[in-house]
Amino acid sequence: MQHKQVIIIGGGPAGLAAALELYHNGVTDILILEREKHLGGILRQCIHDGFGLLRFKESLSGPEYAQRFIDEIDRLHIPYLTDVTVIDITADKKVLAVSKQGLLEFQAEALALTMGCRERTRGAISIPGTRPAGIYTAGVAQSYINLANTMPGKNVVILGSGDIGLIMARRLTLEGAQVKAVFELQPYPSGLPRNIAQCLNDYDIPLFLSHTVIDIKGRSRLEGVTVAAVDENFAPIPGTEKDYPCDTLILSVGLIPENELSLQAGVELDQRTKGALVDDSYQTSRPGIFVAGNVLQVHDLVDFVSAEAEKMALGIVAYLHSDSSQSTHLTIRGDASITHTVPQRVSGKKDFILSLRPSRPAQNCAVQICQNERVIATQTFRKVLPAEMIQIPVAANLLAEAGDLEVRIAC
Amino acid sequence: MLKKYTCIICPIGCDIEATVEQDRIVAITGNSCPKGIDYVSQELANPLRNIATSVLIQNGDLPLVSVRLDRPIPKAEIFPAMTEIKQLCVTAPVQIGQILLQNVAGTGANLLVTKPVRATG
Repeated sequence: MQHKQVIIIGGGPAGLAAALELYHNGVTDILILEREKHLGGILRQCIHDGFGLLRFKESLSGPEYAQRFIDEIDRLHIPYLTDVTVIDITADKKVLAVSKQGLLEFQAEALALTMGCRERTRGAISIPGTRPAGIYTAGVAQSYINLANTMPGKNVVILGSGDIGLIMARRLTLEGAQVKAVFELQPYPSGLPRNIAQCLNDYDIPLFLSHTVIDIKGRSRLEGVTVAAVDENFAPIPGTEKDYPCDTLILSVGLIPENELSLQAGVELDQRTKGALVDDSYQTSRPGIFVAGNVLQVHDLVDFVSAEAEKMALGIVAYLHSDSSQSTHLTIRGDASITHTVPQRVSGKKDFILSLRPSRPAQNCAVQICQNERVIATQTFRKVLPAEMIQIPVAANLLAEAGDLEVRIAC
Repeated sequence: MLKKYTCIICPIGCDIEATVEQDRIVAITGNSCPKGIDYVSQELANPLRNIATSVLIQNGDLPLVSVRLDRPIPKAEIFPAMTEIKQLCVTAPVQIGQILLQNVAGTGANLLVTKPVRATG
C-alpha cells in the first residue's frame, strides 16, 4: 500500500484547482486519480466559450479553461493517474482503485473528493410511454457530438431548460439538426438568461414554460412525443396536449452530485444538495475527508468551482498542520425562500463564503443572514433566479460565539 | 421605442431596457456596467457572436479537435462559417491556439484550436 499525504479523486476543474493550491501551499505529496483517459473532466466536452470570465477576464472554451490548469500541473510535475477508477474509500482514508495494472491501494492523510455530478435521466422523472432509441441526456448528446463525432439525431425536442440543454439546442442547430422546441416544467427557466438569449433566441428556438412531455412514441426509434401544459401543481392540463414528431428527445432535467464513494466512507449527505454536509473548511462529517465542486453542490459557473476547490485545499492544509481543532458549532439554516446553503455549519472563527440558491425568482430583494434575531450581513439584488447561485462573503468578526445562523431572502 | 435585451457579455446576464430612436440609444437602464451599453449598441448596429465547433482530425488520439473563432462574427455569417469549417480535416498533432483556418467565410476571424490533440502513430 502506497502512502500519500493527499489523494484527490477526480481530475476535473475542482480536482485540478485543489491540486495546484495544495502544491502552492507546500503540500506536494499528492496524487490525482482520474477515471477518464485525460484530465479535465466535463470541460473536455464543453467546447463552447464563456468559461473563465471571472477568473481570467476572458471568454475561453471549456477545454482551454481546463488546459490552463493541466499545463500548470505538468509544469510542476504534480503526479496524476488517468484510466484509474476508485472503487472504495474508507473513513480512515484508505483508497482502493482499479487500473490496467491491477488493483491500487493507497493510504492518505487527507482525501479531496472532487468527483463532480451526473445527469438525471428519464427514469428520474418518470415519463410514460415506450422505450425506443433516441432519448439522451444533454451531456450524453454533447459527448456524442463533441467527442465521438456522432450526431444523435435530426429532429429534436428538448425537455428541461438546464444550461447544457440550451447549449445543446444551439450545438445541434449548428450541426444541421432541427430543434423544434424546449419545454420546461417550471414556470421559469432553469438555465442562465444569457443562454436563453444566445442559444435559443438567436436561432428562433421556442421555449415553452410550464410544459412537459407526457408520452413517448416509437418502437425501435423515437417517432414523437406528446407535450402538455401543466398547472401550478405540475399536473398536465387536459385539452392542451400536442404531438411533436421527432427522432430525438434530449433531457436536461437536472444534475445530481455523484456521492457513492462518499457514502462508502460514511460521509453524511445533505438531502437538499445531495452533496456532503460541510463546514467552512469544506470538511465533511468524516475528519480529513474534504469535498468541493459539483460533488458538493451543483454550480453554474466553473470559475466558482475552481475558487471553491482552492478554499477546500486551504482547509486541507490547515487539517494537515492539525490546527483545525476549532470546533464547529454554528449551524446554518435557510427558510423556504432558499433551497439550500453551503456550508451547512461553520466554526464562527474564520471568514467564509456562503453559497445558496433562491427557491423561486424574485426582484428587488435582499439576502439576509441573521444570528440571535439580528441581521449580521445583508446583500441586495435587483433580481434573483434559481438558475443563478448566490455567493455572499461573511466576515467572522460579525459572528457571535453562540447562536445558529438563519438565512432568508426578503422582498 | 423601448427595446429589451439580455446582455450576454458575462454570466450576470443583465436585463437591459433601452429607449432607441433611429438605431441610437437615447436612454438605457438595467445594465450593471458600461459593457451593457456597448452590447446594446452592437446589437443595434450588427449583432456579433462567437461560434465553437469541432474539426475532423486524422492520426490523433481523438477523432475531433475542438475549435472556436478568435473574435465574434456577424450573426448572418454563422452558417456560412460553419459550412466552411465543416470542409476541414487536419492531421495530428495540433496545439492549443494554433490557427487552422484564416479569415473564415471572409469575416476576418481565424479558427483556433482549443484542445491539444496528440498524434497516435
